[in-house]
Amino acid sequence: MSMNDYIKDFPILSSKMNGKPIVYLDNSATTQKPDSVVRAICGYYGGCNANPHRGAYELSVKATDIYENTRVKVAKFINANSQREIIFTKNATEALNLIAYSYGLNHVEEGDEIVLTIAEHHSNLVIWQQVAKAKGAVLKYIYLDNDGNLSDEDIEKKITAKTKIVAVTQVSNVLGLINDIGKITKKAHSVGAVVVVDGSQSVPHIKVDIKAIDADFLVFSGHKMLAPMGIGVLYGKENLLNAMPPFLTGGDMIEYVEEQETTFAELPAKFEAGTQNVGGAAGLSAAIDYIERIGFEEIERIENELLNYALTQLKELPFIKIYGCDSKKNNKTGIIAFNVKDVHPHDVATILDSEGVAIRAGHHCAQPLHKYLGLNSTCRASFYIYNSKSDVDRLIEALSKVRKVLRLD
Amino acid sequence: MVLDDIYTELIAEHSRNAEHKHHLQNPTFIERGHNPSCGDEIVLELEVADGKIKNASFTGVGCAISQASTDMMIELLKDKTVDDAKRLADLFLAMIKGEVTDDSELEDLEDSTALQNIANMPARVKCATLAWHTFLNSIDKNDNGS
Repeated sequence: MSMNDYIKDFPILSSKMNGKPIVYLDNSATTQKPDSVVRAICGYYGGCNANPHRGAYELSVKATDIYENTRVKVAKFINANSQREIIFTKNATEALNLIAYSYGLNHVEEGDEIVLTIAEHHSNLVIWQQVAKAKGAVLKYIYLDNDGNLSDEDIEKKITAKTKIVAVTQVSNVLGLINDIGKITKKAHSVGAVVVVDGSQSVPHIKVDIKAIDADFLVFSGHKMLAPMGIGVLYGKENLLNAMPPFLTGGDMIEYVEEQETTFAELPAKFEAGTQNVGGAAGLSAAIDYIERIGFEEIERIENELLNYALTQLKELPFIKIYGCDSKKNNKTGIIAFNVKDVHPHDVATILDSEGVAIRAGHHCAQPLHKYLGLNSTCRASFYIYNSKSDVDRLIEALSKVRKVLRLD
Repeated sequence: MVLDDIYTELIAEHSRNAEHKHHLQNPTFIERGHNPSCGDEIVLELEVADGKIKNASFTGVGCAISQASTDMMIELLKDKTVDDAKRLADLFLAMIKGEVTDDSELEDLEDSTALQNIANMPARVKCATLAWHTFLNSIDKNDNGS
């Protein structure tokens, strides 16, 4: 049993749930926030709050600095060429909507094809259905191999000369498997399509280098990487963003406004209408600092150790079925989807809750994936840096009680 | 939270061996109920004639609470008049909201009172009420249609 030191930075994790020390295993839904992030948000509102980009006074300059310095930090974090390629949004969902409305509706025509994977979160799926419907385009899916990874054959077959957009998640939020984005961008670019990557489950957990994967767009949410809710990131290649019309219009995204006409601001302001979430940016900045202090090598090591420790024990429980468990490719992050024999995931989650263990139950915003796998719903445990082997022990212990509570054993 | 107050023998039994989980020969109304957040799904079949629920059944997938609640509801509503069934539905929903707690008032709900403790579990309220909302929807729709 090993405890790790990072848990000390997360006061919420020393609290109790149903009278038992909390074991938080719902990190794919949202992570907890370290003290430094909470302090950064308080520090902004307590000491630097003003409307950025506007006032010619010191406080507003401070707020502007916090906001714009975070943009520079994010650009470096994912190795973008310039901070002009970083647009702040509310979350990954809003970023995907921005791409769909501003790029999708202007580049997809009747008969064109949009290619998704069956493992997409609804956020990277529903919006493309909308675009396809609006433009009379065809929606195609890349399906999975038996081991849960994207089918290589499908990648080759489904992306064709008609494909305009390929939308793919880098890590499935259910199966936890890392997709080879480089392979997809290479194929997509060879037919002239752009690639939209959902980095919600990858950016917090593995090193994502935008130049290495060569994605045209990448989105992620702050709250899944230690930052507060309400701040997210859209990365887009500068030439693409430059050519796109604004998504939302209004204050702060303009150059000149006259009675009948408006000219728009340059990147990135063009896509950030209205007063932005500067407190969220302050939190995101502190979150990136925290992650970089630990380093992705260490983050991946911790998650991998927990994953293997958990999988080994789960596989010994005869009443547990695990999904997307690939040992051949070694490309699984700390996400485990499973079911308890004859028990609905919602009941599992309630019983685990009574033991102080927080997991997710349901379809995890991935109904098409569940249907494809022939499942109604699953349980999901997902790890982050502050989890330890003792958390896994508590999970296993609680799972051993589930069938007894329902009088099945 | 005391799990045994929720997963009682009665609820475990109704969810494991739901007596009314099958199709009807001649349903008058078929109504789908769905909790999108957790994936509970039921299809309620009612045979209604002369203002009376002659028969009822359900199919679907869901957690122990939603399945047991549906099975117990059907047990209770069979052979009741539609008006009485609606009254019981309102009583059940009031119980789950914690608005009616008096045992003698709740007595008409028979086995379904086993779900009273769900009132203390906001995360599971939807599971317990799915069947009853589906029943009310079905009746309302067909009332308006006639």
